[in-house]
Order: sequence, then C-alpha cells, then structure tokens
Amino acid sequence: MRVVTLPEPDDFDAWRDAARGLAAAGVPADDVVWQVGDAPTDLFAGQASTAPPPASPGFSVPRPFIDLARSAVQASDPERFSLLYTLLTRLRREPGVMEDRADPLLRRLETLAKNVRRDIHKMRAFLRFREVTDEAGSRFVAWFEPEHHIVRANAAFFVNRFASMRWSILTPDVSLHWDGKALSEGPGATRADAPDGDPVEEVWKTYYANIFNPARVKVGAMLKEMPRKYWKNMPETALVPQLLAGAQAREARMIETAQTQRGEIGGNSQAAWEALKEEAAACTRCHLYKHATQTVFGEGSVTSTIMFVGEQPGDNEDLAGKPFIGPAGQMFDRALEQAGIDRGAAYVTNAVKHFKFEQRGKRRIHSKPGAGEIDACRWWIEQEQMLVQPKVTVALGATAARSLFGRTVTIGRERGQAMQLPAGGQALITVHPSFLLRLPDEEAKQVEFARFVDDLKVAHALLA
Amino acid sequence: MAQLDVRQKLEILADAAKYDASCASSGTAKRNSRDGKGLGSTEGMGICHAYAPDGRCISLLKILLTNSCIFDCHYCINRKSSNVRRARFTAAEVVQLTLSFYKRNYIEGLFLSSGIIRSSNYTMEQLVEVARSLREDHHFRGYIHLKTIPDADPELVHQAGLYADRVSINVELPTASGLKRLAPEKDGARIEGAMADNKAAMLDNADARKKYKAAPRFAPAGQSTQMIVGADAATDGDIVRRASTLYDRFNLRRVYYSAFSPIPDASAVLPLQRPPLMREHRLYQSDWLMRFYDYSLQEVVAAADDATGMLPLDIDPKLAWALKFRDRFPVDVNHAPREMLLRVPGLGVKAVNAILTSRRWRRLRLDDVARLTVSVTKLRPFIVTEDWRPVMLTDKAELKPLVAPKKQQLELFAA
Repeated sequence: MRVVTLPEPDDFDAWRDAARGLAAAGVPADDVVWQVGDAPTDLFAGQASTAPPPASPGFSVPRPFIDLARSAVQASDPERFSLLYTLLTRLRREPGVMEDRADPLLRRLETLAKNVRRDIHKMRAFLRFREVTDEAGSRFVAWFEPEHHIVRANAAFFVNRFASMRWSILTPDVSLHWDGKALSEGPGATRADAPDGDPVEEVWKTYYANIFNPARVKVGAMLKEMPRKYWKNMPETALVPQLLAGAQAREARMIETAQTQRGEIGGNSQAAWEALKEEAAACTRCHLYKHATQTVFGEGSVTSTIMFVGEQPGDNEDLAGKPFIGPAGQMFDRALEQAGIDRGAAYVTNAVKHFKFEQRGKRRIHSKPGAGEIDACRWWIEQEQMLVQPKVTVALGATAARSLFGRTVTIGRERGQAMQLPAGGQALITVHPSFLLRLPDEEAKQVEFARFVDDLKVAHALLA
Repeated sequence: MAQLDVRQKLEILADAAKYDASCASSGTAKRNSRDGKGLGSTEGMGICHAYAPDGRCISLLKILLTNSCIFDCHYCINRKSSNVRRARFTAAEVVQLTLSFYKRNYIEGLFLSSGIIRSSNYTMEQLVEVARSLREDHHFRGYIHLKTIPDADPELVHQAGLYADRVSINVELPTASGLKRLAPEKDGARIEGAMADNKAAMLDNADARKKYKAAPRFAPAGQSTQMIVGADAATDGDIVRRASTLYDRFNLRRVYYSAFSPIPDASAVLPLQRPPLMREHRLYQSDWLMRFYDYSLQEVVAAADDATGMLPLDIDPKLAWALKFRDRFPVDVNHAPREMLLRVPGLGVKAVNAILTSRRWRRLRLDDVARLTVSVTKLRPFIVTEDWRPVMLTDKAELKPLVAPKKQQLELFAA
C-alpha cells in the first residue's frame, strides 16, 4: 500500500507528478491511497508505508484526459484522485478508452468534471460583492460557499473582469485578495468576516422585483438554474416569496377587471372589431380559404349581450360576405322574431368563417367542417367573445357547440340548458336552423321549429 | 410631476422593459480589463446572474431610457394612450447604475431600449450617448445590447453598432396583417430594411477586419429580433416559417418569441387572454431543432397538426415528429447516421456525439446508451442496440401514452 499526500485539495500538478511516477512503475490503482494535507482519507492509511513516487521517464496521454483531470481534480468527491489514477492506468493498456464515452468509469469522471464546471460557472454568476471603504479607498468584498474546490481555478476570471478594483473573495477554505496589481491568497474565512450589507443592494432588489413578469410564473425553471443552496448569499432571493404571493393577487385583479369592464376596455371596441375583421379577411389558418370566395366574419352589435354562433357560411353567405342570409338565415330570422329577439341588437357569427363545399356540377354542396378546421378557426371566435363579452351565447348546432366547449357535444342530450361557458357568461345549445330545413315531414318541421323557438326564448330569458 | 429619484425611475423603467424576452450576453468578442484602466470582461459564454420567479435569466440591466412614446401600438404597455406612470432616465443615471451593478457582479452589462420621444433620431442619439459614455468615459468592457430604431438615421444606427455588442430591432408580429392591426404606425418594410442595413454593416465589418485587424468591430454578437406570439392569428407553422426566413435573410443570431401577456390598461384591440406559455416553449424547441438538430423547415412544420398548423402542446415537437413518421424508427445506434440519431426523441446533441465516438470502439448496449442520457425509458421504443430491439413497441398504435410525459397538475399560472 502506498500513500500519496497532496498539498492542496485542487493540486493538479502534484497529482500528475505522483500519478505519472506510479503509472510508469506499473503500480496498480488498488495499491495507492491518495490524501490531502494531514487529513487521512483512509482508515488504514496510517499503517502503510509512505513511499515517494519513483522518478519517472514520463509517457504521453491524450489531451482530453488532461482536460478531464484538470477539472475533475477540483471536485469535492474524495475518490477523485483514485478514480483518475485508475483511468490513467487503463489508458496505458487501452488507448481508446477516452473515446468510449459510455464507459462507466469515464462517465463517472465526466460527471465530476461537469459538476465542477457548473460550480465554476455558478460562482461567476451568483457571487455578490459588497463595497466597503478603508484608508486606501473603496474595496469590494464577497463571501461565497462553493461546492467544489474551484476558487483558485476561478481567480483569473475575477482578475480579468475586475482588474481596476480592489477586491477580496472569502470562502470557507481559502481567500483571494486582489490589490489592483497582484493576487494573493489567504486562509479560509467565515461569513462574519465579510461585510453585512451594501446600500446598492436595495436598488438591485428594486430592479429584480420589477423585471419579474407576474403574468408568467415559472418557479421550476427558476429553481433549476438557481438552486436554493445559492440563495443564502444572494440579496435578491429574499424577495421571491413576496413576489410570488403578489403575482397571484395581481393575476386575480386582472381577471376581475377583464370580467367587469364589459365592452369598455380602452373604450374602442368598435374600432377593435373593425381591425379584427380586416385581419380575418386575410386568414390562412386552415386550407378552406383557398376555395371560398371570402371570409365571412360575424356581424351585429359589438356591445350586444347575446351572441349566436352558427356552423359556417353557406353558398349565399360566401358570395355576400354576411352570415345567416340564405334559406337557413331566413328560418333563423323568423324564429328570432317569434322568440322576441331583435337580430339588429344581437351579434351573429359562425364557428368556421370560410365556406366548405364540394363542387357537384354547377352547384356547391355544403360540406361539414372537420375538427381541425373548427379548432383552427376557434381563434377568431375567441377574439369575438373577448370583444363582445356576451352574457349569453347560443350555439346553433354541433359544430358551434364543439367550437365553444372544445369537445364533442350531443345536441339531443344537452340542448336547452343553461351552461357556464369557459370564456365567461352562460351558454345554451340548440339545433342549427338548417336542420329544420332538412326535415322532410311538414308536421315534424313545425314541432321542431316550435322547440327551436322555445330554446331561443330560454336564452332570451337568461338575459333578464 | 414630482421629481422621481433613481430608484423610483428604475421601478417604472425596468417594469416597462420586461416584455423584451432577450437577456442574452453570449457570443461576443472576448475582452478583459487587465490593463487596469477599464472595468469588465466578456467571455464567449454569457452568464445569468440571477433568475426571476418567471424563470427568466437576469443577465443584463434591462431598462428603457424612457417609457414615454409618441407611438400607439396596441400590444405595448408604453403606448401613447396607455395610462402608466412615465419616467425618464438621464444618460448619466443609466451609466452610473450600470457601473455600480456591474462592480458588485450583479450583471454582465446593459440592455437599453427606449420609447420614441420627440423623434426617432433624437431617441437614437440618447441611446448612443449612453453606450458612448460607458465605452469611452468609463472604459466599460462588459456587454451592451442596444435596441435600434428603424426610422433613425442609418449613421446613428451604425454608431450604435460600433459601441454595442448586439443590436436588435423587433419585427413585433409574425404577420403583416397583425402588424397593421396592432401597430398601425410601424412599417414592416422599414423594419426589415433596417435589419438588412445591420446585416450589411456586419458583413462590411468582417471584410474590413480581414484587411485591417484594428478596424473597430460592429456588433460582434450580431443582431436579434422578437415576435409576439398569440396576439395575432398566426399559427405555429406561420411563425416557424417567418422565423426561418428572418434567420436566412438577416443573419440573425436569435429570434425570440414572447407569449403575449396581458398588460395592465390593455387596449380592446388585444386579446385579454394570454396564449399558453407552453406554446412559446414549443416554438423555442422547434427553433432549436432547426438550429442545432439539422431539421429542415419542412420537417418542423410537419410536426405541427396538418389542419390547424399548431404544434402539439402536450408533447415536444421532436417527439411529435417521431410519432408522425413512425416508419423512420427504430434507429440502430450502432449504425445509423448522425442525422437520424439526432431525430431520436430523448437523444441530445451531446449524447449523439458521444454515441458516435463510442461506437468506433465497440458495439453499444442499452446500458451504455442509458449512461449517456437522462432517461432511457422514453428512448427505448425508438432505438435498436446490441441487446435491444423494440419490435412490439414501435408497431403499437398507442405508443404515445408510453413516451409522452405524464400529465401533471397544472401550475396555477401555467396556462
């Protein structure tokens, strides 16, 4: 058993010199115990003979090994020296081992190196200086608790960046001091040795609180990159709980405002609707625009309390650019009249804004829109709902119901009942007027027409 | 208005700047202060000095010079007709704030933008003055990102590029009709023209530096832009196509997506409801696939739903593509070319590189692949190794439930 004592926990050169000699002499990895300073790393190390590594003729190793070892040596894992030495002895037998990236030993060392690099990066990111004034002027002092032995390796970064300042970085193991010209090292320190505040921290916290967007809370993403172990030395993290609590309150307020300011937001909903209609004229969200004549947008009063949503424009609507003017539209108008609803004061639109049809000879035969087309077009319905914010929305037929509720609805089962709408307000489902047109039997037509009018009356009553 | 102190101004002007997604400080020229005269350094890699509870990186002091604006863009909290408190920093205040934050290691540098006051040229002059003072009066060697104003004199924009590491102009909305509706005073053609000017200046600069090494650098970290998602009718397919065109035409380093978030005192032209944040995330993932995974634009668009043009929200676009093109799998990790390995859901670029070097030495088993990735469970249906072949799994119609992430209870604010 050989014991190798390294002077410092991150001393790569000392490790390399010792490892080079041992490997050249063919000493197996199991026969070497590595320790740092006076602290024994092995219970039985005291019984072994401490032999200096034999002088070595030297041999070459691939560059990636040196890079890996330089980083891995800084890890806090006590096994790092011995793992590296094991890899070194294997490297002499199997020169390709550095490229076998799935090798368990190489993988483990690469993970150590990766953790070290991450710790180095996080020290550069999360270390905070506090300004103090001494006889020579201003000086910046930081207290940092790294996880690995990275402080010396990181010194050059801080010198490059803050060369014109005087500064000290205090850590539990070692301290670095820069006087503006030279770097010196001191013993480990405690938090009490560092200043306990800096007035600029309040300004920084103001910035932190205000750059945060309360409309998009993602605590997981924050914790992934800024784990809690670093929080205690970062002044701004003290604000996190209150920012999160405030975000909830602010969110609730915004929703409340949106629901109460019906049609008054900005006071220009008519202009907003016109702009929206113009944008919809150029819609290419699904392929239906390719064959239809034009987009048929909703119409009516943008401050209406009741909104009717049909399926899609038909042949007449497609040519005229207005919803509900063909045979079904006339049926609809008649039913509205009987139910005592003024169409001029309502808002009437369709779930799908382009005419979908099959060409049969000279005739264009209506063809039912698919779920994809309904979903693609839902964006417009949502915009119309937000603008008009009706108290009651009537879904005329299954397509409209699917668009409003985002699920397949069986009309027979759910018609005529007031339901809460995801977008706000109440909704009622009934048949599409074209259903009435298709009934072959005159008597059935009258019965169904009466039921349709009854549904509209229920909707109308909900407004009261 | 009563005089505001710097902290009160910071409150207003940081709040007003938060709708810009970018906070990157990477990819610029290396600098340091070893001459003992200046302050600051830049490395290739940016540093995020803190993270806000919205999960975003805080790398730069991101503020507006002023939030007063003569424009009335509906999506913008700073529009003329908005009811927000207004404030204005002096150039010297911004310089002092930047330096005092930088010295305490809070930030990598400054990201300065501004509402338009008086005129585009006047505003641009103010922005340039801040950058000039930092660079020339204080020898600041940290990172500077300046938002440039499309209508400003090209000479001023050029000066901005000489002081800044990165310049950017936001295209704002993915469609021309959206821009017309929401930002009627902005001109899409002029925005693109200004981005083309920046590109030309960068190319000229690269030429000049080949001849004279000492030629001053123009925006060494390039230019970027931002699009608001969910405020107009653009589908994911439209957005990805637009981003790809922008990358090609203007040599952009990054296109940022910002899920439209409802702003206080909103104009009625805007949706009140925000799109799911997940949508923004999926767009970034698709961006990643094109930039780092060799996916073509057509492939990314193919991952979207054919009818709606939207990327799925419940699974990532790479998995969506793999599920759609099931016949391309399983992929043999011991033989497949790099581009096919990159298409395996769950294999990242690093893992793929590791597989490619490892397999020169021996044939890989499932355990080997497991050591190179986070989770091999998700991967298994898509790969063949020396000791694994997913015959049953790949043919299964209901593969999606096996590989899609488990549904989690939604965070209160996630959707």
